[in-house]
Parts: sequence; C-alpha cells; structure tokens
Amino acid sequence: MAAMLRIVNGSIHDPANDIDGEVRDICIKDGKIVDSLPENAPRLDAGGTVIMPGGVDIHSHIAGPKVNLARKLQPEDHRRDPHPGTDYTRSGSGGTVPSTFATGYRYATLGYTTVMEAAVTPLGALHTVEELHDTPVIDKGFYVLLGNNIYLQNLLKEGKQEEFRHAVAWWINRTKAFTTKLVNPGGDEPWKGKRNSNVTDIDEKSDLFNVSPRQIIEAFVKTVNEMGLPHPPHVHCNNLGHSGNYKTTLETMKTAGDLRIHLAHIQFHSYGGEPGKNPDSKAAEIAEYINNHPNISCDVGQVMFGKSTIMTADAPLAYLLRGFNKGKWVNADTECESGCGILPFSYQEHIFTHALQWAIGLELFLLSGDPWRIMLSTDHPNGGSFMSYPKLIRLLMDKTFRKEEIGKVNQKAIAKTNLPALDREYTLNEIAIITRAAPARALSLKNKGHLGPGADADITIYDDQEDKEMMFNAPRYVIKSGEMIIQDHEFTNDYYGRILHTAPAFDEAIAENIRPFFEDYYSIEFDNYGVADNYLHEHEIIPAKNS
Amino acid sequence: MADNIRTVKHATCTFCGCVCDDMELTVDMDKKVITKAKNACVLGRAWFAEHHIEDRPAAMIDGKEVTVEEAIEEAAQVLAGAKFPITYGLSDTTCEAQRQAVAITDIIRGTLDTTTSVCHGPSGLAFQGVGESTMSLGEVKNRADLVIYWGGNPAESHPRHFRYAVTPKGMFIPNGKKDRTVVMIDVRKTPSAPVADILIQIKPGKDFELLWALRAKVKGKKVDPKIEEITGVPLSTINDLVERMKNCRYGVLFFGMGLTMTRGRHFNSGALLALATDLNEFTHFVAKPVRGHGNVTGADNVVSWQTGYPFGVNFSRGFPRFNPGEFTTVDTLSHGDADAALIIASDPASNFPKAAIEHLKTIPVISLDTKQTLTSKIAHVAFATATYGINTTGTVYRMDDVPIPLRPAFDSPYPSDEEILTAIRKRVHELILSRRGARGATGEAKVASKQVL
Ligand code: SF4
Ligand SMILES: [Zn+2]
Repeated sequence: MAAMLRIVNGSIHDPANDIDGEVRDICIKDGKIVDSLPENAPRLDAGGTVIMPGGVDIHSHIAGPKVNLARKLQPEDHRRDPHPGTDYTRSGSGGTVPSTFATGYRYATLGYTTVMEAAVTPLGALHTVEELHDTPVIDKGFYVLLGNNIYLQNLLKEGKQEEFRHAVAWWINRTKAFTTKLVNPGGDEPWKGKRNSNVTDIDEKSDLFNVSPRQIIEAFVKTVNEMGLPHPPHVHCNNLGHSGNYKTTLETMKTAGDLRIHLAHIQFHSYGGEPGKNPDSKAAEIAEYINNHPNISCDVGQVMFGKSTIMTADAPLAYLLRGFNKGKWVNADTECESGCGILPFSYQEHIFTHALQWAIGLELFLLSGDPWRIMLSTDHPNGGSFMSYPKLIRLLMDKTFRKEEIGKVNQKAIAKTNLPALDREYTLNEIAIITRAAPARALSLKNKGHLGPGADADITIYDDQEDKEMMFNAPRYVIKSGEMIIQDHEFTNDYYGRILHTAPAFDEAIAENIRPFFEDYYSIEFDNYGVADNYLHEHEIIPAKNS
Repeated sequence: MADNIRTVKHATCTFCGCVCDDMELTVDMDKKVITKAKNACVLGRAWFAEHHIEDRPAAMIDGKEVTVEEAIEEAAQVLAGAKFPITYGLSDTTCEAQRQAVAITDIIRGTLDTTTSVCHGPSGLAFQGVGESTMSLGEVKNRADLVIYWGGNPAESHPRHFRYAVTPKGMFIPNGKKDRTVVMIDVRKTPSAPVADILIQIKPGKDFELLWALRAKVKGKKVDPKIEEITGVPLSTINDLVERMKNCRYGVLFFGMGLTMTRGRHFNSGALLALATDLNEFTHFVAKPVRGHGNVTGADNVVSWQTGYPFGVNFSRGFPRFNPGEFTTVDTLSHGDADAALIIASDPASNFPKAAIEHLKTIPVISLDTKQTLTSKIAHVAFATATYGINTTGTVYRMDDVPIPLRPAFDSPYPSDEEILTAIRKRVHELILSRRGARGATGEAKVASKQVL
C-alpha cells in the first residue's frame, strides 16, 4: 500500500489524547501517525466506523516451551477449529492454544496489534523468540520468570542486594526480555524438592534459602523500580485459586509500598472463605485497595465459560486442578529456574466455583475506579481464549445482556457476589482504555495505545454496531505500522511484527559471578545460554530509565 | 600448517539427541577438517572427524550437474505442480530450515512428516493421550536420586547421556553417582548394564504387562504372582522397585526405542508416562523419551508450533490435519499415494519398507543432503548442502526441548538447507499465487516485502 494514507469521517476513540468519539482525520506516513498530509494523499473513507488504536494485550500466553507443550497435548482442540490459509497468510490450527501463525492472525482479526507473552523461563527464551518470529502481524515481547531463580534466591539469602540488581539486569539483557515475572515466588523448591508440596504463606521462609515470598517480591519491586524498566515486576501471587487468598493478594500489594507493581490475573486472587472450603467474593476489598493505590496496576484474568487450557509456571496449582478429573496433565521442570503445569480445562456455568470466578472478574471490572489500572485479560488461555474478548466487552458494555447471562449460571455462586446490583456500563472510551491505552501506558510503550502524531500507525477500524460482541469480533480494517493488513474483513497482506524488549544497564562483572554457578548446576554451556543479538531480526528496545 | 588452525569453543555435536554443546573443536582451516573434538564421545569424534567437503556438484537434475538456481526452479516447478506432494525427513537439520520446509508444504498443500514417525512417534501419541511429567536434563543432574532406563542402551546410542543422568554431581546430589540408584530394564544385558545398580531383565514384548503391574502396585492393588511367568520379573523385584520409586526424592524414567518400537508401541509409552504421573502422588517423578537424531526434537517443536501437530500432517484442504497411519510417510508411500517428494536430510530409499521405496522410485524426488545417499541417487533434483553445526549456524533442540545455538567450524562451498529451502519457498509461492490468479489490495498478485510467507 501507499506510504501515505488519510483516514476520514471515522469516529475516533483515543483516550490517551482525550478524544472521545470525535470525527477527525488520521494521517499516516511511513508507518507512523503524522500531523498532516498533502491534500492529494490517498484517502480511506471510514464513515460509520469507530476508530481506535490497535489493541495491546498486557498478559497472554502465546509462545514458548510451555505453550508448545500445550499445543502438542491437544490435537482434539485443533481438529475442531482449523485455521485455513489465504494467498497471503499461512494456515494453522486454532482451539485454545492456536498454532503461532493462527495466533498472530486471530489477534489481528480482533484488532490487536501488540501482545505480551507473560511467562518465559530464561532457558526457554530462545525457543520463545523463535516462535515469536512465526507469530505474524503483532508486535510482541515477553516477561522472564525470575521469581524462583535459584541463583537469585541465593543472593537474597546472602543479603547481596547490589549483586542482585546487576544479576536481574543481566538476565533481562541475556534473554531479551521486557520485564521480570514472578510466579508463586518461593513455591518451586517445595514442589520439586519436597515431594510436590507448596508454600502457603507469604511470610513462610524456605529452609533452603531462608527467604520468604514477601522478601522475594520486595527485592524485585525495589530493584525493578530502581532500574526503571518499562514495566514493573509482573506478579502472579502465591495461593492462586485458593479460598481465602485475597489476604495474600492484599499483603503482596502492601509489600510494594508506593512503588509500582503489576498484579497478573487478579480475579484468580480475590477469593474469600476458608482454605479447602468453598470460596466467596472479595472483589470489593481488592478493588478498593487498588482504587486507592495509584502505584498498582493489574489485569483481570476474566474467566469465560467453555474450553480453556491451564498453563502456568505455578506447577502445584496445575497438579491440584488435575486432581479433579485425573485427565491428561503435563509437568515440566526447568533446572534452577522454574516449574510448569499444563492441563485441558473447561469452565462450566452450572459449577459453583466457575460461576463464582466469572462473577468476581466482572465485579472487579465494574468496581474499578480507574480503567487505566484495571485492564482486560483472560490470562489467555487460562481463563479462556483471547477470542472471547468481544463477548467480554459486551458483558461490560451492555447491562441487559449481562443480566441475561447472569441468569444462566449457578445462582448460589451469584448470591455470594454483589454482581446483580452493579448497573455500570462501560463506555467505548473506557473499553479503548482497558484494551489499548492503559496496557500501552503500563508498559511505557509511548508509540502505542494512542493515535497522536508520532504513534505507530497500528489502527483498528470497527463498524459501529449495537451488538458490541459483533462489533469487536470483526473490525473492517486493521492497519499495522501503516500497512493495510485487513481490508473489508479480509487479509490483504502479511506482516512480521517486531520483538519489544528492554536493556537495563548493569555491571558486566556479574556475569563472571554467575558463570561458576551456571557451570555447576546448569546442563548447557554458559556461552550458549540466552538469546544472542543475531536472533532478533526486527526489534525495538524500549528504554529503561537507567539504560 | 600451525598458523591456520582455529579452535571453536562451546561448539555442538548434533550426532545424537544429547546435543552436547561443550565441544572444543580444533580445525585445520586449510584442509577444512576437524582434527580434534575435545569432550566428544566416540560417536561424536567420528561425526566430526569424518566430515570433509565432498567433491560433488551442488545441484543435479537427473544426475547431471546444473546451477543451484536451475535446480531451485525445477524443484519449485515440480512441487507447485504436484497434486500430492510430500515432505519428509527434517530431523538432521536446523530449526530455521525446518521452518522453511513446513512453509513450503503449507503453500503447496502437501503432506508433512518427520523421522519421528519411525522412532518416537508412539511417544508423541502417548503424550497426546496422557500428558507427561518431565524436566530439563539439568534437573536430573541436580536432583535425581533414582534414575531408571527402560528399553534403551545409552552407552552405545547416546554415550554421553550418563553425564546428565548418572555420573554428575548436582545441587542436591553432592556425591554424583554414589547418591543415585540406577536401574536398567531391558530384554538383554547391554553394554549400558555396568552403570546400573539394579538390572531387571524382562521377556521381550512384555513391557506393557510389567508397566501395568507396577502401576497397580503403586496404587496399592494386588498383583498376581503369575506376573513372573509372564514378564520374567519376580513379584519381589516389582515390590522392591515400587518402594524405591515411591520413596525417592526425585525419580526419573528414561525410555528408548526398545519400548516404543516393540509390541505395544504407544500403549507402552503411555503406560510408562502414566506410571510417572501416578508416582507424583507420593513424590516428584518425571519421565523423558531418549530421542535419537540430532534435531528431531526441534522438528517436533517447529512442526507443532506451526501446525498444532508434531508429525504426520496434511495440508490438502488448506489447513493442517493430523493422522498418523495415513499422513506418515511410510504409509503414504506404501499406499502409492504421493506424486512428488521433498526429502530433507534423510535417506528413506535405504531404510524404508520395500513397498514404500518402490513407490518413491516412481515419483520425482527432490533431495537435500550433506552426503550422497541412495535417496539422492534416485532423486530427480539433488542438492548437496552444508552440514549443520559444522558448516552452518542455526538452532537445535536437545532431547529435553532445550534450544542450543550452533557454532560452525568452517565454511562449506555448499549452501545450507535453510538457504535452498527459502529459495524454493519463495518460488513456489510465486508460482502458486500466479496460478490461482491471486488478488491483492490492488487487484494484482503481489509479494510484499514484509510478508511472512
Ligand atoms: S553423546 Fe551424542 S551429542 Fe554427545 S558427543 Fe556423543 S554423539 Fe555427540
Ligand atoms: Zn498468565
């Protein structure tokens, strides 16, 4: 397509620039949005449409070792949902864990142009990058799992804060990651080394390292904030899924003080009740804490009914879930770095817990005091596929529809929540915030999530429709970096997308401290570890404050 | 001569699935030979030592030398024109080349299969059925106090496997082998037997029965003493092994083709994976197939991430379908189904069943191989390519899914598999687009610069 394009007559929703449904021109030149274009530049008449920046998913699982295991595990899931190729796009298979090409194209067909893979082991980073190269259209990055890293925990045990900071920065550089991810910090060692047990309390110290989950969280929050990474530590709290876990979640947030922290899929961490007994909703308590603490951001991790795939570095949790139906299950241990659990799952309307989880997610959205900090996710594919986002958007925007859906699920569960009383309806602008503007801001992606001059020309153009699920299911046009990818609902081109990562500064000497540990306890050569520069191809370094 | 000697540290041996990445190669750059491969086992030493640049044409059509460009054109024409093209091999090349091969097969709507279908295919099927509790090899080194090998002879097939699983000192295994119990279960006493603390000899073809008895015992069920008559293993041995498995801290079951390619096949693999899973009720337990070819694990990964299925994939309807037994190459060829074949780094003409080879001889074959093989001899278009890991960079996956970047020793006059396949992929795409009269935004066929295809 032409390097220039003027989009006219569309209704613009660009909350980052305080534009809420105004009809304005959008000018694109060389992949970027610009102030103006010559009068004779090609035009696209977008009358009757709603225009938003391309969507940004802050938490999803789309590439890497665990995702590929989950793909291999479920031929039955792919078989039902083939993804045909076109003249310009590759074929693939769908289901809750689509093939790489299908993942990129399907995100694009929903108007998403940037996606973050939320959990990658350092040892699996190279694999992840290879898969991301085969995940078209979208720009993408990943968070590297460091919360159960044995070398780092040893440093904390020895009180070596300074080395800890350099080592964290070294790992981010070495793997080309975007930020750090903590999953059930401290939980790996009991799982792998103490007969599949787990930590249950944020202040429980491990025998081996004499550090508690809280100390690990604290160290990362401090360090990552000091380094000024584009995104704070992305934390999957301890006790995911357990009744009464909201206390752990509140304690985790308190641990951050007034420093930035992002809590992943917070719905799964907002349960009251006694451990081992039925949960109830603590959405109000969690939402209130977040509303009052501007340093905290989160994504919801909404549960959507139907097929899902549990895939998590929280191996004890996956094993617990496996216990319900004793179906097929994957456990995958990564030396010195992580655990992992995978199983097919399905959320059902009539099951008390599933209905409660669904309702709690909606409560969190509807009780949110600041859409810039409570963002849309299903923790794809854990809570459900990203393909269910349009339905979720309708649940938020259309209270009549929501009431109907509430009527279909387990009423005992609904009675444990305040959902029926919540009449709020999200506006288009609020949807634009929770699906693009807010994630872009939380990720410090200055050129994404908005349509002002200088932004990447990642643009989604929806037909304005009453049924918001229909509307968000099929944008008429999707433009990625100025290239028309989807036109009149059909792919007309393909696009690579680039890898987004960060590169904080650190003292190179730390590598020589890590080397002997590595040689003793890893099984590959230190020099062959990580992601070398020549693996990057198209990429962009999002600066850290100290880089 | 000494002035043109180079050493390559942290190089990788791609001869077997161990993918040892601690090679230190001494290379005579004038003669283009590797004179020493420090740390390699006997197989690895031979792999490096025997590699020299052969004097053969880079490309041939029907046995006559042609330019690489001409051969690419011919290969693309054959593949784009075929009604039932198949792609096979892939386990002895880089992931980068594998990605191109899958792309070609997708574009021409062919059938794709890898050597997995003739080695650990049953383990892949078992994985789909029951899952797998597994680990990276460093976990075995750091934690495993009970190591069981079933149906494999690593001393001969993967000589350095023991450096991950038997001998090394690890974080929680400070005394190495002294802190581990090693069990070998096999139908005969193999050269691997000396590393074992416990040897269990089982009657051929009775693996499933023994695995099922172990599962029953682990679950506290009674096992009929007749089990000894059936499997050759006394009940007391079974009881002892079950106690060891339940009481170890970190147990691992490695299994080989002695389990997957004998009577029972994927039932055997499935039973073994299920046993490892069951044991997690008592302690931490994992299992792992000991994969053969250098990058067969990479092939599994690439084919899975691009199509959703690990091998035996057909694209004739414009999207991937999986059906081992139909889309696996031995079966396709034996049924006389393919009308063109792209064979990469594999020699089916010498190791497939007769019926399959007979059909292969009747269709145009395009072969890519580093050396002359029976397949390259019968090929319509034959490319000589550079050897991965010795002449080319790229990525290889170890048997435990750990990716390793390659560090080549010296250049080859031949192009890499990746280069040839990329060129074929681009050309078949052009041919297919023009044949379909593809329309783009401007109404004409186009190949955009940023296209993924
Ligand atoms: S064990 Fe295998 S990979 Fe390692 S040196 Fe020997 S042949 Fe090569
Ligand atoms: Zn997640």
